[in-house]
Amino acid sequence: MMLASAPLIMAITRETVLHVAKLARLELGDGEIDRMQKDLGNILEYVNSLSELDTSSVAETAQVAVLGAPLRPDTVEASLANEVALSEAPRSAGGGFAVPAFVDE
Amino acid sequence: MTDILDLPIPQQADKVKSGEISAVALTERALSRMEAQSGLHAFLHVGREAALAAAAAVDRKRASGAALGKLSGVPIAIKDALCTADAPTTCASKILTRRNPDGTAGSGPENGWRPPFDATVVARLRAADAVLVGKTNMDEFAMGSSGENSAFGPMKNPWDPTRTAGGSSGGSAVAVAAGMAAGSLGSDTGGSIRQPAALCGIVGIKPSYGRVSRYGLVAFASSLDQVGPFARDARSAARLLEVISGADGRDSTCADVPVGAYEAACERPVKGLRIGIPEEYFGEGLDPAVAACVKQAISALEKEGCSVHPVALPHTKHGIATYYIVATAEASANLARFDGVRFGLRIEPPRSDLQALYGKTRDAGFGPEVKRRILLGTYVLSSGYYDAYYRKAQKTRTLIKQDFDRAFTQVDAIAAPTSPSTAFKFGEKGNDPLAMYLADIYTLPASLAGIAGLSVPCGLAPATATQPALPVGLQLLAPAFEEERLFTLAAAVERLTSPGGPALPPR
Repeated sequence: MMLASAPLIMAITRETVLHVAKLARLELGDGEIDRMQKDLGNILEYVNSLSELDTSSVAETAQVAVLGAPLRPDTVEASLANEVALSEAPRSAGGGFAVPAFVDE
Repeated sequence: MTDILDLPIPQQADKVKSGEISAVALTERALSRMEAQSGLHAFLHVGREAALAAAAAVDRKRASGAALGKLSGVPIAIKDALCTADAPTTCASKILTRRNPDGTAGSGPENGWRPPFDATVVARLRAADAVLVGKTNMDEFAMGSSGENSAFGPMKNPWDPTRTAGGSSGGSAVAVAAGMAAGSLGSDTGGSIRQPAALCGIVGIKPSYGRVSRYGLVAFASSLDQVGPFARDARSAARLLEVISGADGRDSTCADVPVGAYEAACERPVKGLRIGIPEEYFGEGLDPAVAACVKQAISALEKEGCSVHPVALPHTKHGIATYYIVATAEASANLARFDGVRFGLRIEPPRSDLQALYGKTRDAGFGPEVKRRILLGTYVLSSGYYDAYYRKAQKTRTLIKQDFDRAFTQVDAIAAPTSPSTAFKFGEKGNDPLAMYLADIYTLPASLAGIAGLSVPCGLAPATATQPALPVGLQLLAPAFEEERLFTLAAAVERLTSPGGPALPPR
C-alpha cells in the first residue's frame, strides 16, 4: 500500500527537462534548459507540501459541477467559409493548411 | 463639474439616451484620454475608427427613434484574451502575431491574429450598444500577477507608475482606474480580475464558474477560467455583468441559470447578512496596512447590521500548490493548439520536418513563464507522475471546495483581503516564479471552488516614506450563483468607506 505521505519526487534532471520539453513540443535553448531545470525543481519541491495531506478517502474534483449544463438543438448552421478559415494561416495550399511532409515519421 | 467619463456607467448610458451627449462625443473623450495616458501601456490596440463608427451607429439608432441598449454609447475596453472580429487578438503573446519579413518572431500586437468571430461576451456588449474602444494589455496567456509577463511590455499602475497594476488583466484594470474607459472585461483563472482591481482601486468581479460564456475566450485552464467585468463602482460592474451573463449555445459549461438582478441588488440593505471572517486570510505575510483597511470595512458592515462570525478554511494554505498543478496541467493541453499551422507565428527552417516546425515556432513564440507552465503541466500529467501530482491536486481541490461548502452553511458571504499587499514595484518579486505565485494566495481558493468573488476598494493604505497612498481591496466571496449578495455588500462598502464617490488616482 502506498502511504499518503510517501515522498513524491526525485530531483529534476536535465534529461527530465529535455524529455518533458519534447513531449510539449518545445525546442528550448541551452541557457533556458538550465533555468527551467532550476525553476521546475523549486516549484515541484514547493507543491510536494500536498503530500502531508491524507487524501486516501477523498474524491477527485476535475471540474466543479455546472448547473444545468445545457444542450442545444443539433441543427445545421453555417460554419466558417474555407477562405475565412484559411485567411490567417501562415501557409496554405490547395484549400488546406500546409505543413511539411510527415508520412515517413 | 465631474467629467461625464467619471460618472457611473448607468448615468453615462442615460446621458447618451437622453441626447445630453452624443455617443461620438463620449467616445472621442475616451480616445483622447487613452492617447494622453498611453504611457501607462494599458492598451495593445486602440480601435479608433471602429469605435467612432460604432458610436456613430448608436447616435443614428437614437435619431431613428429606436430604443437604445443598457450600455448605449458607453466606452468599454476588452482584455486581449477575448476574440474580436474587428481588432487583433494576441493574448500579449508573440505566438499570436505574424512573423517579421525576415522570418524572426517579434512583430508587435498590430500584426496580431485577426479572429474570424466575436467572443459571446463581446457580441453581447455590442448588442447592448456599448462602444468597444480597444484591446487591453495583460500577462501573456493570462499567466502572471503583475503584467510583467506581457510580451509587449508591462502596463503601469496609475496610482504610481513605478508599480505594477497587478495581473493578469492589468490593462483592463488600468483603463478603468485611469478613466480611459467606463468599464472593461477581464478574465480570472486564479485572481486575474480581483487582484488587479484591488491594486488599481476599482471593482472587479470573478463570477461563479458557469455564470458567463467563455466562447471566444482564449483558454488557459478550462476548469477555472471565467470572464468578468471591471468598473469604478459596484452598480456599474453590476450592469456589465447583467449584460454578459447567461446561457450560451456555444459553451456547454455556461449554466442555464437565470441572470440575477445585480444592479437592483446594489440598493438592498445589508442588515441581517452573516459575514464570515477566515483567520487563514489574516495570517503571516499580510501587510498590516492592508489588514487595517479590510478590518475597518468589516466593522463598518457590522455597524450597518451585518453579523460577523469566524469561519475556518483550513486548506487555504494548500491553494497555491493545488492551483499550480491543476492550472498548468490544463494549460499544457490548451496551449497545444499553438503549433504554427493554422494561425499566428510560424518558424519553419528550410527542409524542416513537422516536429521542428512545432518546436521552433513554440520556442520563439512563447515567453519564459508560459514555457515554464507548459513544462510543469506536461510533467504533472506525464506517465509515472500523474497520480502523485495531478490526481493528488484534484483531491486537495475537493478539500478546498468542502471548506467553502461548510463555511457557507454558517454564513452568507466571506470577507477577506484580496491581495496580501498593495501594488508592488516592478521587479520586486525578482526572477523567482514562486514569490510571484504567493501574490495569489487569497484569490486561488475561490477559483478552485468555482464560487463567486468580488474585489471592492475599501480605502487607501496611508503614504509612507517609500510609497504614496495606495488602494486596498476587500474581497467578498459568496456561494456559486449568489452574485447578488456580493453586489449588495460591495455597494454598502462603497457607501460606508468612500461616501464621496470612488477615490481616483492622481492625474
